[in-house]
Amino acid sequence: MADITQLEAFVTQVRRDIVRQVHKVNSGHPGGSLGCAEFIVALYQEVMQRKDGFDMNGSDEDLFFLSNGHISPVFYSVLARSGYFPVEELNTFRLLNSRLQGHPTTHEGLPGIRIASGSLGQGISVAIGAAAAKKLNKDTHHVYVLCGDGELQEGQNWEAIMYAAGNKIDNLIVSIDLNGQQIDGSTDTVLPLGNVKGKFEAFGWDVISVEKGNDIQSILDGMQEAKAKTGQGKPICVLLQTVMGNGVDFMMHTHAWHGKAPNDEQLALALAQNPETLGDY
Amino acid sequence: MKTYIDTGKKDTRSGFGAGLTQLGKTNENVVALCADLTGSLKMDEFKANHPERFYQVGIAEANMMGMAAGMTIGGKIPFTGTFANFSTGRVYDQIRQSIAYSGKNVKVCASHAGVTLGEDGATHQILEDIGLMKMLPGMTVINTCDYNQTKAATIAIANYDGPVYLRFGRPKVANFTPENGTFTIGQAVNLQEGTDVTIVATGHLVWEALEACKTLNEQGISAAVINIHTIKPLDANAILKSVATTGCVVTAEEHNYLGGLGESVSRILAENHPAPQEFVATQDTFGESGTPDQLMEKYGLNAAAIVKAATKVVGRK
Ligand SMILES: Cc1ncc(C[n+]2csc(CCOP(=O)(O)OP(=O)(O)O)c2C)c(N)n1
Repeated sequence: MADITQLEAFVTQVRRDIVRQVHKVNSGHPGGSLGCAEFIVALYQEVMQRKDGFDMNGSDEDLFFLSNGHISPVFYSVLARSGYFPVEELNTFRLLNSRLQGHPTTHEGLPGIRIASGSLGQGISVAIGAAAAKKLNKDTHHVYVLCGDGELQEGQNWEAIMYAAGNKIDNLIVSIDLNGQQIDGSTDTVLPLGNVKGKFEAFGWDVISVEKGNDIQSILDGMQEAKAKTGQGKPICVLLQTVMGNGVDFMMHTHAWHGKAPNDEQLALALAQNPETLGDY
Repeated sequence: MKTYIDTGKKDTRSGFGAGLTQLGKTNENVVALCADLTGSLKMDEFKANHPERFYQVGIAEANMMGMAAGMTIGGKIPFTGTFANFSTGRVYDQIRQSIAYSGKNVKVCASHAGVTLGEDGATHQILEDIGLMKMLPGMTVINTCDYNQTKAATIAIANYDGPVYLRFGRPKVANFTPENGTFTIGQAVNLQEGTDVTIVATGHLVWEALEACKTLNEQGISAAVINIHTIKPLDANAILKSVATTGCVVTAEEHNYLGGLGESVSRILAENHPAPQEFVATQDTFGESGTPDQLMEKYGLNAAAIVKAATKVVGRK
């Protein structure tokens, strides 16, 4: 049984890491990062089977690909606090010569990263490739991906979604961060996504809806259900209803904080709402 | 002058297919992906021999490039196959981020490059792909000249760890390089020694360069011919060594003169040994429908065009 209180404390620390990273360099993407904090923490702390250390091939363990690479602050925080690299390195986010590039990359050799992302729409394809390689290698572990909802406007996703169903890539679990926001406004005002569940189902996927996508227990239940559906001939999609900016009240429910850093005052407010738990870097 | 014999016209894409077939038997990590052009890319035999290692992705090249990148995670060596246009221009960002920047061991194999694709016309005749690919950091760019060399290159790139763009074509052309010859990435092949002009050619223009060399010889011009199968990394030493004797260069390629082999050679000359150069290449234009021979003639991409350029450049010394 997962210790929910402990995971919540982990999330609170990750929120601090997110706003501190972004504040320090006055750039980066706090909104989507905060909204996905519970999910990424749950994934790395509970859901995925991971080996100690890091090797690129990731055989005999679950893999995760972050397709919406702009939410690197949450990814870096969770990777560091899951032991992939020193937590102090979060201090170097977006600085010259850092391994923590603005968007995640393999280029600087940061442990935990297996593909560059940032240009949206490519993660599901990469994950399908990794999932297909696992099948060839008779490796029964799973491949996870996270995509933004606005990101689904990219056509490549639908090529990949069609491929995965048509070719029974059933060791693949794609989660969608359904926060209803993107850069220029809500997804409804920019380009409505329509019925996302219906679309995935029409393409032949099994779809699980997690209505409380910022609630750890709901995420764990949803991911458990997703895992139980693997190996049955269909790829699996988990729709996470999240709140952009979750956990920092003035950043919530708006696209305004998609890619904007807090000033000193706003940082203090955000940190006051999320007291230190695991220790700041 | 050395004599080269055409052992019978064959298409370079069939050389790719033969190389892939051989790799299928010798390297179990090799996987192949194709976007609804299996026959055109001559991948049928690999598919028949190894259905479990062949991935039909449909008409979805972006997804194919991403999948190929993902398959390297797990130790596979993916070969993607589609036309050169859809292997590069269509998917530039996917190759850039998921393959080149991510340093993935993907082999992007591209057929029907250049105007010799023929009747399908300019929508399909990419003349910019060498430029697009050579600008990507870490990308190796290869353009082979005949069946045998394409087969050898296909086999060789599987043993090299890193992203590669392998460019070949549709028409049947002279097959004159050694059967089962060795292929060394980045190592130019000196086909003819010469003292008056150096012809640096790639792809289908290599045979034309050899033909041009004979004509030039009859006219009293001694031409060196270098087969540059690897445009990046470019064998600067081979070129400079020859130019030290000849003092001038003709570059020949089935590609736009902007961004192609010619410009790479110019840079090397500018840095080391400035010398007159003429470009046998398309002149910043799209192609059009026609037979391969008609198009090579119209766009100045044949032996006659090389002879003309060589005569001119010798006069500029
Ligand atoms: C191919 C591509 N086009 C545009 C962008 C610029 N961009 C970065 S994030 C973003 C919005 C993404 O929206 P969504 O996926 O909903 O993420 P969220 O805003 O919820 O974090 C855009 C347009 C990009 N990174 N990649």
